[in-house]
Amino acid sequence: MFDIDKWQEIFSTIKKNKLRTILTGFSVAWGIFMLMVLLGAGNGLSNGVSSNFEGNSINAMWIWSRETSMPYQGYKTGRRIQLTMDDFNAVKKMDKVDKISARYWIGDRTYAFGNEYGTYQTQACHPDYIFIEKFIIKEGRFINDIDMEHDRKVMVIGEDIQKALFKNTDPIGQFIKVGDVPFKVVGVYTEKDPREGTRQGLIPITTAQRLFNAGNNIHNIALSTLDVSKNESEQIEKNIREDIAKRHKFDPKDERALGSYNSLKDYIQTMSIFSAIKMFVWLIGIGTLIAGIVGVSNIMLIVVKERTKEIGIRKALGATPGSIIGLVLLESILITALAGYIGMFLGISIMEGVNFMMEHQAQASVGANGDQGEFRMFMNPTVDLRIAVSSMLLLVTAGALAGYIPAKKASSIRPIEALHDE
Amino acid sequence: MITIKNLHKSYYTGTNSLHVLKGISLHVEQGEFVSIMGSSGSGKSTLLNILGILDNYDQGSYELGGKLIKDMSEKKAAIYRNETLGFIFQSFNLISFKNAMENVALPLYYQGVNRKKRNKLALEYLDRFGLLEWADHMPNELSGGQKQRVAIARALISQPKVILADEPTGALDTQTSYEVMDTLKEINHQGITIIIVTHEHDIAAMTSKIIKLRDGVIGDMIVNGDLASFKKSYAKDLATL
Repeated sequence: MFDIDKWQEIFSTIKKNKLRTILTGFSVAWGIFMLMVLLGAGNGLSNGVSSNFEGNSINAMWIWSRETSMPYQGYKTGRRIQLTMDDFNAVKKMDKVDKISARYWIGDRTYAFGNEYGTYQTQACHPDYIFIEKFIIKEGRFINDIDMEHDRKVMVIGEDIQKALFKNTDPIGQFIKVGDVPFKVVGVYTEKDPREGTRQGLIPITTAQRLFNAGNNIHNIALSTLDVSKNESEQIEKNIREDIAKRHKFDPKDERALGSYNSLKDYIQTMSIFSAIKMFVWLIGIGTLIAGIVGVSNIMLIVVKERTKEIGIRKALGATPGSIIGLVLLESILITALAGYIGMFLGISIMEGVNFMMEHQAQASVGANGDQGEFRMFMNPTVDLRIAVSSMLLLVTAGALAGYIPAKKASSIRPIEALHDE
Repeated sequence: MITIKNLHKSYYTGTNSLHVLKGISLHVEQGEFVSIMGSSGSGKSTLLNILGILDNYDQGSYELGGKLIKDMSEKKAAIYRNETLGFIFQSFNLISFKNAMENVALPLYYQGVNRKKRNKLALEYLDRFGLLEWADHMPNELSGGQKQRVAIARALISQPKVILADEPTGALDTQTSYEVMDTLKEINHQGITIIIVTHEHDIAAMTSKIIKLRDGVIGDMIVNGDLASFKKSYAKDLATL
């Protein structure tokens, strides 16, 4: 039931008690505002750091070979280790290995289409590589098993190459000349994270072995694991090292001979730091909220105390206890809800503003540094609206409750006593 | 209008009980102008609370306008209070953030009268007490006498049968006190029953019946017309002070 007179009564009370209203409203707005900023900053930090893992599968592992740095079984140091397809096939058969791709770089070549040309790198890989590197296929498709089987001269080009060479032409089905060899473009890829860059062409590894004299050699093995823990992941890494070390006869402990990077290890470590930070932020947030609740409760207690006489008068004039409680409660709910909304609005606006500015800056820095983006600490510092609304509701409820208890007490006082007591 | 029979009231604080009203019987006819006197602690405020349905009593009976008032729910009491009773207080008790008109209109708000109608009526009542030009003034801009007249207008607007006044002249100078009493008398002539609590003999002397409370019982009842005898007892009181 909407009683316009009741609201008029409440509004006239609010209008004539500005300081009280502002004080209550401020403590609510401030509490919500601080909570929004804090949670937003916490989210921003966590989003920023996790974004650094976005370009690749989080359970990815990379293995590459270098020169030995430890003597082993009579071999001297400084021996160059060359990974081959045998290593790839051995690792592929290992337990808990999910997707796997060998990689072979062909180095800079001139890519030409019509009158347009540029120098780009070509990378040979397996079809599974897309699951590890998390490319986004903009047009066409990625390399597939049939390409591999027939050593097809097909290529998936990066978005940058497409923009540079094809302009307005649809690249799919066109032939691009890599050196003297024509490749048919079957797809265009882009990266989720623009810092990774899209300035290379991808071709099937079998094609590379035949066309570019790669033979059995590969430069690098990329793989992703099945759902494993950090320890299991480390164990897989160790197994791979031992297996390759045995085949190439070097010390498995030789970090120089075989380089590896395990993203899951990094990811789990970073995320555990962030869950701790997140907890800390929540702790402070809840503290702020409690401070807000205490503030509101305090003010409501004082408000009701201050209004004891007024309540006495209203009762003598025929106000029912229910109407007294309703008056105090509705006023406090109205103020806290409105102020809470303002605080939430300001908090979210500020975080969205910061977000907007940072997106701008991030784009500018990608433009300036080309492909090389730096490690990102802060990104998308926004708050889940559900959290915002529920914390606001909590504060409003607390304010109402804090108003209700003394209002209930005040509504049962005897007017003559309340009015005598000067 | 008001019939009280053998009324008892005790207050309990912890293990102590304070027997305030010890069997009061009283009858007030419609249109009477009664004053209740008594020293502090004699129970006059308690009696006024019970008369105003602001407090319950332990024993006896209280009939207001032919209706037995006993163990009423707070809500029912509030409604009955609003319909039958008007209150006037020593310290005026106007709501400080409402202007004179809004203060006068307040009882009608609790009767559910719409804003336009109750404000119009409030202005009529203010006009009756010569306060029309003060209608949009806040209470702190009014003199004591004006405030009390606003309060009287407020008590009357719900057209009560009984007006209960708690020391209505207690905060006023003699001149203004008499003016307020004249106003009350005028209202009384229109048939509204008025009961005032006062400790000023000259004020009490203007009423038609004086009830003196002493330690929770009625010590004396003087019906006006024997003003001479009242004056005599007044002198006796002064002598015993």
